[in-house]
Amino acid sequence: MAKNGKASSNGKAAHWVGKKLKRKEDPRLIQGISHYTDDFKMAGMLYCVLVRSPHAHAEIKAIRTDAARALPGVVAVFTGEDTSAVGGIPCAMQMPDLKVPRHPVLATGRVRYLGEPVAAIVAEDIYTASDAAELVEVDYEPLPVVIDMEKALSSDTPYVHDQFNSNQAFTHTLKNGDIEAAFKKADCIASQRMLNQRLAPIAMEPRAVIAEYLPGENRLTVWSSTQIPHLLKTQISVMVGLPETAVRVIAPEVGGGFGSKLNVYAEEGIVPWLAMKLGRLVKWNETRRENFLATIHGRDTINDVELALKKDGTILGMRARILADLGAYHQLLTPLIPQLTALMHAGCYRIPAIQIDIVGVFTNKMSTDAYRGAGRPEACYNVERIMDIGARELGMDPVEFRLKNFPQPKEFPYTTITGLTYDSAKYQESLKKALKLAGYDALRKRQKAGWKSGKYYGIGVSTYVEICAIGPSAATPAGGWESGTVRIEPTGKVTLLTGASPHGQGEETTFAQLIADELGIDPGDVNVIHGDTLAVPYGIGTFGSRGTAVGGTAAYLATQKLKAKMATLAAHLLGCKPADITIGRGRLSAKGGKKSISFGELVMSAYTARNIPAGFEPGMEATHFFEPSNFTFPFGTHIASVEVDAETGEVKIEKYVGVDDCGNVINPLIVDGQIHGGIAQGLGQAMWEEVIYNEDGQLITGSLMDYVIPKAHFFPEFTLDRTVTPSPVNPMGVKGVGEAGTIASTPCMVNAVCDALAPLGVRHIDMPLKPERVWKAIAAEQSGGMDPLPPELSSAAKRGTSAKAGKSSTRRRP
Amino acid sequence: MKKNVTISVNGIDQRASVEPRLLLVHFLREVAGLTGTHIGCETSLCGACTVLLDGRAVKSCTVLAVQADGRKVTTVEGLADGDKLHPIQEGFWEEHGLQCGFCTPGMIMCSHDLLEHHPSPSDSEIREGINGNLCRCTGYQHIVAAVRNASRKMSKRATARAGAR
Ligand code: FES
Ligand code: FES
Repeated sequence: MAKNGKASSNGKAAHWVGKKLKRKEDPRLIQGISHYTDDFKMAGMLYCVLVRSPHAHAEIKAIRTDAARALPGVVAVFTGEDTSAVGGIPCAMQMPDLKVPRHPVLATGRVRYLGEPVAAIVAEDIYTASDAAELVEVDYEPLPVVIDMEKALSSDTPYVHDQFNSNQAFTHTLKNGDIEAAFKKADCIASQRMLNQRLAPIAMEPRAVIAEYLPGENRLTVWSSTQIPHLLKTQISVMVGLPETAVRVIAPEVGGGFGSKLNVYAEEGIVPWLAMKLGRLVKWNETRRENFLATIHGRDTINDVELALKKDGTILGMRARILADLGAYHQLLTPLIPQLTALMHAGCYRIPAIQIDIVGVFTNKMSTDAYRGAGRPEACYNVERIMDIGARELGMDPVEFRLKNFPQPKEFPYTTITGLTYDSAKYQESLKKALKLAGYDALRKRQKAGWKSGKYYGIGVSTYVEICAIGPSAATPAGGWESGTVRIEPTGKVTLLTGASPHGQGEETTFAQLIADELGIDPGDVNVIHGDTLAVPYGIGTFGSRGTAVGGTAAYLATQKLKAKMATLAAHLLGCKPADITIGRGRLSAKGGKKSISFGELVMSAYTARNIPAGFEPGMEATHFFEPSNFTFPFGTHIASVEVDAETGEVKIEKYVGVDDCGNVINPLIVDGQIHGGIAQGLGQAMWEEVIYNEDGQLITGSLMDYVIPKAHFFPEFTLDRTVTPSPVNPMGVKGVGEAGTIASTPCMVNAVCDALAPLGVRHIDMPLKPERVWKAIAAEQSGGMDPLPPELSSAAKRGTSAKAGKSSTRRRP
Repeated sequence: MKKNVTISVNGIDQRASVEPRLLLVHFLREVAGLTGTHIGCETSLCGACTVLLDGRAVKSCTVLAVQADGRKVTTVEGLADGDKLHPIQEGFWEEHGLQCGFCTPGMIMCSHDLLEHHPSPSDSEIREGINGNLCRCTGYQHIVAAVRNASRKMSKRATARAGAR
């Protein structure tokens, strides 16, 4: 890996790995000639529109579809009664006390969240289908709604699912070390209630599904904007009752996912069923409004976090009680997400005792599930916020406090109190590099000077660690391995079939780079195929920052198998031992370099097979299913510098610095892009984004007008750098980078703003940090009419008081 | 009561009889068969559907096909000159200005309008200039670099052309 100062595995300097190669996928995308699901238009195709519930919780008394059916151009209208034979929407999780309600593709009897589909219209064109949807009359009897997840657990609450006699969907406890003793002997206990608000993933391409059924061939083909074509194929076969061999799923160009397309949705059952029922091609296309209503949401937890500390800043233990709003039903991984949160509460710190208690709660809302980071941003937020709060309680600089509690590089692999084994890290190095890049000392000086002139500058530091390359199968609900098939075609061109179906991550380029180096060829000669279950061996998909670390490794190991095969054949042809063959650029040579054969000739001779060793399998193809032995644990430090206008509550992001360590880097351009996008989404949560349901369960942030996706001018230029600590978990030493920015940036930003407002006594503000909320937090502290105090005095004055935004306290032992 | 329209799309007249409510974006995608113009919201808020109408960027989900009757539309498919990419397309490619690519055609058309009227924008002018277009993947930084890159190329070429004259 040249860029990282390493040789590639075959001992030669890497040629392509580490280079900022322009992406192979881009020419079709920048010319608008690629195909997302909605871009396919086939002859005879019908259009489906779903009628959705306008209530969050209601009894369906009657559905009248006659008027809709009578509209010219309408082909059919179906309701929940018609689709009762379609299998339910699956949840992959199993837990001892998990309550799993049946989750029908079209509601029957009751609707339990706003936007739940109740009827499907099929028409000759989309306009007619939409008109017909307006003509469907549904009589609803509204029921009391469950919106507040805390109230949902009280004794006098209505239930989302009556049969459970409770809204508690599951409990989960992670406990290790003597937590009671830790808190008993603490000099100081920092505690804070923190809300991690509900978010909408908002991939720019809304979901879309097309299905075609050919009864003669018994072949159902489904095009879907999905991150997991193979898992979807299995689930569709169950939902519609076809043998899995009859189902083909194609994920064409996918316009972003961020976890929201790591799922199996109602429409992925309905549309295939419609195609089978009607014998016609059917297309459904999500509107943005539907995307807000009926594509999974993320986050939505209430966290009470406590940190037990010694006077000198040593962490003794951590406790957290977490309520997780799951929504009305489980989607594929809904109950898993809070468990990932529990696992990552050790952060990058030495914590001797821990207890995390989680309660999953049903409410009348859309399901929550994996959204970029999926449980880890929530953990990182709790951890990085409470570290700052703890440091402030002790009057320590947050950097000094962190350095005191990091494990040392020589302690890796490091086993955390939550039972994970962190593969490799140098937290200190990353932190120091970021401090330098940000000019930390100068920022602190300016901050102090600012107080004199009534300027509130804040510096936020977040040192994160994330769990990536998901993951060993034992720790995942549906397999954590990945497949790669490398085929060198007779002409010497290479096809890679990867199970890690991407949606913007640039795997066509990254994987081509790594294979090109291994085979001594040009990345332009490697064609990466993905997203078609008929072409590609079973795979898992792209999510959890696993694409390169797991999918890339599968491709790499398949290539190693081929190299061994090539060496065997070359040795036979050149009259030497396979061990004496080296694969160079375009040629394979025998030791000494006198005899050699070109790559093309060698490959062709594997196909013509006229002169092969005894027992040699003709052809040049190998498959590897890679099962990782552990997760990987990328880490880094992000630093934000902000100015807060105490008069208006407005926050200005002045500088944003990220130093990330994702192990070895294959394409720095792509890695930087992933970090940028991650930071933007994390800052989106910190500053602007929020899904709000009102008390009736109506979604009041159901459009891009009301739900603020960050725009270009919201951000300064991000300053990035990295450290490189290769992972020992896979042969390429890569870790994963897709979620790092999202995980790091959210607490970084809140830390910065709370740091800025420390002199005013503000201790914590819940996200998003909209001016109004920031202003209120300041006003709450100022209502006593006190003049702003310098922080040394202020923290003494405010010690033990509660901030406006939530229950919080600090108890000090006498 | 369909209406006959003739819209010049990328220099080719597209004639069709359309419902008055047909959106220009649907005309482009369904009638003209040009699916490079994407639909991300249908409510004028995301910019994925941005095209040029008589040279100015518009969100084609908020223009009716009948309003474009007799006018010239340029979509992302009309930018490259055969195999030769437009400098803005080159910029996006060279600077990794896209990930999933869904926002990209709209971003490119919006940048086209920006650079046409403002050939050498500063970074903050670029950020302001594309603020009607959402990208969820890139965090915009590489998009800004892409537009900067294109601006450099375009002014260099303009200077070269002027010099040759
Ligand atoms: S689709 Fe036109 S602005 Fe979003
Ligand atoms: S590249 Fe995916 S939305 Fe912009």
